[in-house]
Amino acid sequence: MTDLSHIRNFSIVAHIDHGKSTLADRLIQMTGTMAERDMKEQVLDAMDIERERGITIKANTVRIEYPATDGQTYILNLIDTPGHVDFGYEVSRSMQAVEGSLLVVDASQGVEAQTLANAYQAIDADHEIVPVLNKIDLPASDTGRVSTQIEEVIGIDATDAIQISAKTGEGVPELLEAIVRRLPAPRGDADAPLKAMLVDSRYDPYLGVVVMIRVVDGKIRKGDQIVMMQTGARYRIDRLAVLKPEMADAAELGPGEIGVLTASIKQVRDTRVGDTITHERNPTREPLSGFKPSQPVVFCGLFPVDNGEFEALRDAIGKLALNDASFTSEMETSAALGFGFRCGFLGLLHLEVVRDRIEREYDIELITTAPSVIYHVHMRDGSMLELHNPADMPDPANIDHVGEPRIRATILVPDDYLGDVLKLCHDRRGVQEELSYAGSRAVVTYDLPLNEVVFDFHDRLKSVTKGYASFDYQLAGYQMDHLVKMQVLVNEEPVDALSMMVHRDRAEARGRAMCEKLKELIPRHMFKIPIQAAIGGRIIARETLSALRKDVTAKCYGGDATRKRKLLDKQKAGKRKMRQFGKVDIPQEAFIDALKMGE
Amino acid sequence: MDRGLGLYVHWPFCQAKCPYCDFNSHVAASVDQSRWQEAFLNEIARVREDVGPRKLSSMFFGGGTPSLMAAETVARTIEAAKDAWTPADDIEITLEANPTSVEADRFRSYAKAGVNRLSLGIQSLRDSDLIALGRLHTAVEAVAAYDIARSTFPRVSFDLIYARQNQAAAEWETELSEALELAADHVSLYQLTIEPGTAFGDRHAAGRLQGLPDENHSLDMFNITQDMTEAAGLPAYEVSNHARPGQESRHNLVYWRSGNWAGIGPGAHGRLTVNGLRIATECHSMPASWLDAVESTGNGYSRQYVVSEDDARIEAVMAGLRLAEGVPAYLLAEYNNINRLMDFGLLEHVSGFVRTTRLGRPLLDAILREILA
Ligand SMILES: Nc1nc2c(ncn2[C@@H]2O[C@H](COP(=O)(O)OP(=O)(O)O)[C@@H](O)[C@H]2O)c(=O)[nH]1
Ligand SMILES: C[S@@+](CC[C@H](N)C(=O)[O-])C[C@H]1O[C@@H](n2cnc3c(N)ncnc32)[C@H](O)[C@@H]1O
Ligand code: SF4
Ligand SMILES: [Mg+2]
Repeated sequence: MTDLSHIRNFSIVAHIDHGKSTLADRLIQMTGTMAERDMKEQVLDAMDIERERGITIKANTVRIEYPATDGQTYILNLIDTPGHVDFGYEVSRSMQAVEGSLLVVDASQGVEAQTLANAYQAIDADHEIVPVLNKIDLPASDTGRVSTQIEEVIGIDATDAIQISAKTGEGVPELLEAIVRRLPAPRGDADAPLKAMLVDSRYDPYLGVVVMIRVVDGKIRKGDQIVMMQTGARYRIDRLAVLKPEMADAAELGPGEIGVLTASIKQVRDTRVGDTITHERNPTREPLSGFKPSQPVVFCGLFPVDNGEFEALRDAIGKLALNDASFTSEMETSAALGFGFRCGFLGLLHLEVVRDRIEREYDIELITTAPSVIYHVHMRDGSMLELHNPADMPDPANIDHVGEPRIRATILVPDDYLGDVLKLCHDRRGVQEELSYAGSRAVVTYDLPLNEVVFDFHDRLKSVTKGYASFDYQLAGYQMDHLVKMQVLVNEEPVDALSMMVHRDRAEARGRAMCEKLKELIPRHMFKIPIQAAIGGRIIARETLSALRKDVTAKCYGGDATRKRKLLDKQKAGKRKMRQFGKVDIPQEAFIDALKMGE
Repeated sequence: MDRGLGLYVHWPFCQAKCPYCDFNSHVAASVDQSRWQEAFLNEIARVREDVGPRKLSSMFFGGGTPSLMAAETVARTIEAAKDAWTPADDIEITLEANPTSVEADRFRSYAKAGVNRLSLGIQSLRDSDLIALGRLHTAVEAVAAYDIARSTFPRVSFDLIYARQNQAAAEWETELSEALELAADHVSLYQLTIEPGTAFGDRHAAGRLQGLPDENHSLDMFNITQDMTEAAGLPAYEVSNHARPGQESRHNLVYWRSGNWAGIGPGAHGRLTVNGLRIATECHSMPASWLDAVESTGNGYSRQYVVSEDDARIEAVMAGLRLAEGVPAYLLAEYNNINRLMDFGLLEHVSGFVRTTRLGRPLLDAILREILA
């Protein structure tokens, strides 16, 4: 057990690519926490997908021993938090377990939307914040300008910002000193009954569920009988360890310490993040306030391209869910796509990560249907239905009104592109809340329907601003609006997988765009195919895919049989990736591509 | 049932490579005719060993430009084939010829060698188009060669390529009526196809081949062709082949009816039923490799495999639906989407055969995809 005064717990928060993972690497390396030969880049990003996409998805922690210039050795617990908006919730939760934050800003880029969002979360969590200006080795770095930005945009003092290069290690010793001097030591009572926060949990194929904890009061030891106060579940601790970042057994953890335990827990779902862990005997009287679990906000259908792979998909989803409590799934059947799952995600990146993992790790090709949000459908009889799938929309005659989730989006963008950003937000039914400047960059806040953001907003934002804008958002409750279900009919038949909720005033434009897009995506058939968008029984847009009129090989003799045969095999493979709707074959990509509006 | 054996002989050389052509044809500085003759004779002897005695119903010298073959080579090859198998009384022996004066001079000796049907590559009756197609002859020369052929061979056919660059439907109509004036009892009328790997293919990919007909235009020209040939008494018996009834190319019918044929010469393919198994054969395609293989190993085949019953049926459907007569209905028994195609009026059922309708014929590839893919 370490004395409280010798512990510092902190997280690093930064906009994506500002150097959070690189800084964590340097801290680990320069304190000798990991032997040089074991070091690899971005040690805390454990999953392949994390490394590949250069993002952190799950919070990770490492315990660093640091001999400070005052002659004392300190224990520094670093929690590396996710850097993407989708996982913002995990960030705020991890922050509850520490007392300070290093706010890393790329000195060649300046403050970005996630810098802002994360800084506010740190402020909300009452953190002591140490601003860190990174990448000072780059000629483009401008520490003066960025310090001013931090002060003006975020409103925190940056006079004592630490200037570093996480790449070269320059300034990192000074940063270590600042961590010890400027961040507060945790508080707690070692003699009080055990009170520990369940910070996070993950599934490890060898160890089962590994639970990350932060001890608040009391002491925890291997072999202890513990209770999870919210779930009431009781366990015996099999193993207690600290992360360096590999697990290193610890006999005991006291107040202020962060570590992990295993206790024969089967699924991540059996643990509740934010729960209070205490001893079965002599429990604490005051559990921590806890936090509400993160809720999926984006839903879509995942169907196997090959219907025979449904069981394999069920298996893959089950395994992924073991490690990801924020990902939900329930079986769905679609007239056109067969058996699959309706899945819920924290955001679009989360959706993509899960989909990629299923396709890659489990080798199942998927059809992904249009992402949707949860609508609140208020019925005339006073009841309320949470609609996850537009295909399930009840009869409009029984609906009083529909509410949709909104977000508060913060966008930072160079002045030159502001007009494009405002137009984009306006086109997506945004309501401007604030507009201010940080030097030549505008900081805009918009209230937007989540539904308009979920699909390709981020991509569009990147493209209209040539990548110079940054974006973050927080959910901001429900609001009633004139929302209707738009159906798409291909050859007079409704295609459930293409149904979507749209705002009444945008329905026509959306329907037209959708029909035009589908006309390009569906190959021509031997008959003409009407493609229509409809609301209720009313057709609001229509395109006609003309019939194929001529398609015949002019010359074909004895030597061509083999060649034609090969071509046929290729066509067969292509056809397997299509879905039949009545008489029409629709390529699987069409289900997603039809939603992309070039604008 | 022994419908007899067809023998295909491939001559892979031409005087120049036409920009649209993806046939196995090459320009060679000189060709040692005697070595090639020897190689053909060896191959005939070897294939005879493989397939045993049969009735030889047709031979076809295709290319390339077989009218560049020495008459001696043609004569000895025909002789060897007739010795190896039993020639049918009405054996059909076709040779493809280019309509230049040099080749026309050899027609008489080909006839003497046993060729009784000539297929002449006229391609167009318009000089400007012949130039665009990279041909080495004028229309007048072509017609002259044709006249000689008519007076030399009992049966003569010619090829035209249409749906050319900047060709108006009305222009094709005029040209086709001139052609039908010339026609004896068989013509092959091909819509220009842009093949990858050809000069036209490259130009097309680079966007530099302008004026090609769009789908509607090409369908119009196809339909005009169907109507006019029918009116002239030479209806289509295959997608691009037209004949007075009874004057169809018997050799080519062997392919489309999935009969038996042996293929020798570079790149030639064959399909032979031996001991109840359908065997596919393929020859080395580069002329030098083929010649080398025949001379050093005594075998020009690069590959030989058994065609499964399913694959044989698929091949039979793909080839047979090209014919106006269609395919025996039993071949399609297990494909239930046939009915839908009938409902669309693309296929029809006539006395035990399923065939394309007038509407369906220009959509044959799409129909085949629908049935088989
Ligand atoms: N030149 C330079 N590059 C850096 C520095 N710190 C990080 N980088 C690079 O910036 C990119 C993003 O860094 P990373 O640590 O993955 O950022 P994260 O997304 O915040 O975790 C990587 O290519 C790093 O190599 C630095 O101090 N100097
Ligand atoms: C083996 S080729 C040529 C025979 C002979 N060498 C000649 O050129 O006259 C047979 C026929 O196929 C046709 N053909 C070749 N390439 C073609 C193409 N790309 N499109 C349409 N028809 C083509 C031509 O009409 C040609 O006469
Ligand atoms: S069209 Fe005839 S002459 Fe021209 S390259 Fe092809 S085979 Fe040779
Ligand atoms: Mg990172």
